[in-house]
Amino acid sequence: MTAAVAVESLLRGGTEDAGFGLYVHWPFCLSKCPYCDFNSHVREAVDQPRWRDALLRELDHYASETAGRRVASIFFGGGTPSLMPPDTVAAVIDRAAARWRLAPDVEITLEANPTSVEAERFAGFRGAGVNRVSLGVQALNDPDLRALGRGHSAAEARTALALARRQFDCFTFDLIYARPGQDARAWRAELRQALDLAADHLSLYQLTIEPNTVFAGAHRRGELVLPGEEDAATLYEETQNLLEAAGLPAYEISNHARPGAECRHNLTYWRYGDYVGIGPGAHGRLTLDGAKIATRQHRAPEAWLAAVEAAGHATRQRTPVPPAERIDEMLMMGLRLTQGVDRARFREETGSEIETALDRDGLRRLSEAGFLVLDDHGLRATAAGRQRLDALLGALLA
Amino acid sequence: MTDLKHIRNFSIIAHIDHGKSTLADRLIHLCGGLTDREMKSQVLDSMAIERERGITIKAQTVRLTYKAQDGETYELNLIDTPGHVDFAYEVNRSLAACEGSLLVVDASQGVEAQTLANVYQAIDNNHEIVPVLNKIDLPAAEPEKVKAEIEEVIGLDASNAIAISAKTGLGIDAVLEALVTRLPPPEGDAAAPLKALLIDSWYDPYLGVVILVRVKDGRLKTGMKIRMMSTGAVHPAERVGILTPKGVLVDELGPGSIGFLTAGIKTVADCQVGDTITEERRPAAAALPGFKPSVPVVFCGLFPIDAADFEQLRESLAKLRLNDASFQYEPETSAALGFGFRCGFLGLLHLEIIQERLEREFGLDLITTAPSVVYKVHMTSGEILDLHNPADMPEPVKIDFIEEPWIKATILVPDTYLGPILKLCEDRRGVQQDLTYAGNRAMLVYRLPLNEVVFDFYDRLKSVSRGYASFDYQVDGYEEGDLVKLSILVNAEPVDALACIVHRSQAETRGRALCARLKDLIPRQLFKIAIQAAIGGKVIARETVSALRKDVTAKCYGGDITRKRKLLEKQKEGKKRMRQYGNVEIPQSAFLAALKMSDS
Repeated sequence: MTAAVAVESLLRGGTEDAGFGLYVHWPFCLSKCPYCDFNSHVREAVDQPRWRDALLRELDHYASETAGRRVASIFFGGGTPSLMPPDTVAAVIDRAAARWRLAPDVEITLEANPTSVEAERFAGFRGAGVNRVSLGVQALNDPDLRALGRGHSAAEARTALALARRQFDCFTFDLIYARPGQDARAWRAELRQALDLAADHLSLYQLTIEPNTVFAGAHRRGELVLPGEEDAATLYEETQNLLEAAGLPAYEISNHARPGAECRHNLTYWRYGDYVGIGPGAHGRLTLDGAKIATRQHRAPEAWLAAVEAAGHATRQRTPVPPAERIDEMLMMGLRLTQGVDRARFREETGSEIETALDRDGLRRLSEAGFLVLDDHGLRATAAGRQRLDALLGALLA
Repeated sequence: MTDLKHIRNFSIIAHIDHGKSTLADRLIHLCGGLTDREMKSQVLDSMAIERERGITIKAQTVRLTYKAQDGETYELNLIDTPGHVDFAYEVNRSLAACEGSLLVVDASQGVEAQTLANVYQAIDNNHEIVPVLNKIDLPAAEPEKVKAEIEEVIGLDASNAIAISAKTGLGIDAVLEALVTRLPPPEGDAAAPLKALLIDSWYDPYLGVVILVRVKDGRLKTGMKIRMMSTGAVHPAERVGILTPKGVLVDELGPGSIGFLTAGIKTVADCQVGDTITEERRPAAAALPGFKPSVPVVFCGLFPIDAADFEQLRESLAKLRLNDASFQYEPETSAALGFGFRCGFLGLLHLEIIQERLEREFGLDLITTAPSVVYKVHMTSGEILDLHNPADMPEPVKIDFIEEPWIKATILVPDTYLGPILKLCEDRRGVQQDLTYAGNRAMLVYRLPLNEVVFDFYDRLKSVSRGYASFDYQVDGYEEGDLVKLSILVNAEPVDALACIVHRSQAETRGRALCARLKDLIPRQLFKIAIQAAIGGKVIARETVSALRKDVTAKCYGGDITRKRKLLEKQKEGKKRMRQYGNVEIPQSAFLAALKMSDS
């Protein structure tokens, strides 16, 4: 099935199902990567039983608010969730199954570092119920892995990938590109190797300098030089073309899959579906009594733990998303997808039509310029539009 | 009332940093005008800006009591004059209030252009001039060379110049003695009707306007009804006093004296420098010569960076005008910059001072459009239009010809830098009038169109001479010029704030520079942006900002939504400061930056 046919079939399916997901954040890492601005912390020791119990308690808290819903996906993110004891993972999955209903084809993903130590635990995770792993490979050569501050070698990553292939029905891995000094030729070569190692899903992220990271400092001081916009654009375009040709077209800006192998959990985010977020710093979006509620848990691990133990949850923020912002959020996320925003889903979520919610002139102008397509199925950004999505969203929504 | 022969009125002429204020402080200190505790350095420059820049903006005065070697006690009145070309008229009136001047020259630097202009004004006012060589204690001091320069460049006898160090106090007593022995006493008739020269005025929140005067004839008494001869306005003299520099009330001021007066006047605009004050009951037959109302020569738009500050800007301008009647303002609306004011100034420094005071004293963030001069547009209808805003330029078909103001500029510079300065003047349409040498320094006299000078001339001059050139000018009539309005267009729509009037020969260079600058300042967008410079309908320069090729956040998952939305909200906020040009929106900041760069 070609990508175009896949999109068509998705588009024809009536109101798409945005799903309902559970996100579990494990905030610990063995070391902090210099490019990463996620909520991750290095700790000498973690009181595993306390952490397990706290996660379960926070799960109970949110489950009581969303009773009766069917969980389509669970995602263990981090941090480094492959450092979690498999029995903690199992306990969380079992509790989720007990509190909600799990879809028969529930997708349960766990992010893992491709080190030999963590690979040894794959069987345990599989036993716990995990059916999809996402490996943070990031690069396929040792000098670049060192530059990215990764704790594994390319050979280790290959071993871990081979093991993942044997242990799990589904696996995917991440690469970071547009690294300092990386030209299009080198990236093409690396991508070809990656395609040999991949199953039917790949996440390819262009290196981004996030504030308050080691890389941000180096970048500011001029020690780290990223490719300019033109080179970055070329790398992005080549990536799209190569993956498309290999049968793994982009279904989202940085995510590529053989049609049908998209990450269901992440699709929930991009389709602006509901998800519960538990663990330090986890975010959630829940529709309760027709209102969209944004939740965020306490970021600092110890404070989160103390709050959960005291109150059953560590909710730091719980705010309704006003209708106008609901439109913004839905478009911001949905236009990242190749299939765009579904017309019926938009109506269901915002109570209005795309044409009335957005500035007509803007829509027309951006459509005529070839950045947007608005039709019976909904609104989607073209390849050219997705490549410039930040500016496009600015023009459309700001 | 002091006997005329025991009065000496003098001012100090000096280039910036040549030590005028330090010398004034020394004189005050030596005569016991202030105690040590009250002395802070540079007493006379009271505004923060004056102190920082070493420029006097308002005339100040101080009466010193000096016991001379002849055993007599003298009243010495020092008028500290504004020290810049923009205030040439104010300087002239201050000088007209004195009989002599100290010409202070830095013995390590030599004569500067500004000194020259002021010394000629002093000579025009029949001053006795006492040359003083300051900073004689510096190792680099070359008193003999500087003396020769004074003689060659100014044509003044410097054989009896006094060598001093205002910093250490060396030679100050000789200066005081010279004031008594070498300067003539003032003349005047105490019995004649009152005739007092209005030297300056300032606004005091408690007293209202305080007027600084020099009595020429008659007596100015407390309680007297006075009349401004230019306007005929009558006010009661509430307080009469002298400054030591502290204010001390006196019953009356007689001929030759310098002092202050308050008369319940609300704004300095009613007290024009150079006016003659007389007694209402017994008026003088004729006013003192030399009065002319001040006329702004440089105009620019002042806009608040935050549109919400507009009202505050209006109030602040009104407050500043209370104390400075020489600048004007009226509301102006710009499509690119929003609401602001069109303001007129005596010159570039005056503009800078007002802008700085608005920012500093009133906490306003401002943007200034490119300064413009006043053009005389002769219409085919025979009408003559004073044009000081390029936006008001009439249709070319309705214009017969345009005249622009010219200046006569004097530049003094070490001859090693002469080449680049000649080139600069030629590039700016200058016409050489004179070139003379004094030692290794050259004195250049050029006639230049003022509009070439208001556009970064001074900065270029400083940069090509590494700061060694000194510059002074006086306005020197109007002349017809081949002037055109240069428009800047973004996506074919004019950006009003960047329009300027230039000589046709400069239009292309200027247009190219502006387009290139905007190209760097306007961020890439979804669509390409055309930037053009045009005269009328004819495009003379063009640049293109190419469209964005890639602009997308790599990662955006469930935990990133809130943060991304906040970025979007920031974008929305920023959009309030955008202006639509065709299918793109240009941030106001790009125009602001373009304007900022044009004054540097």
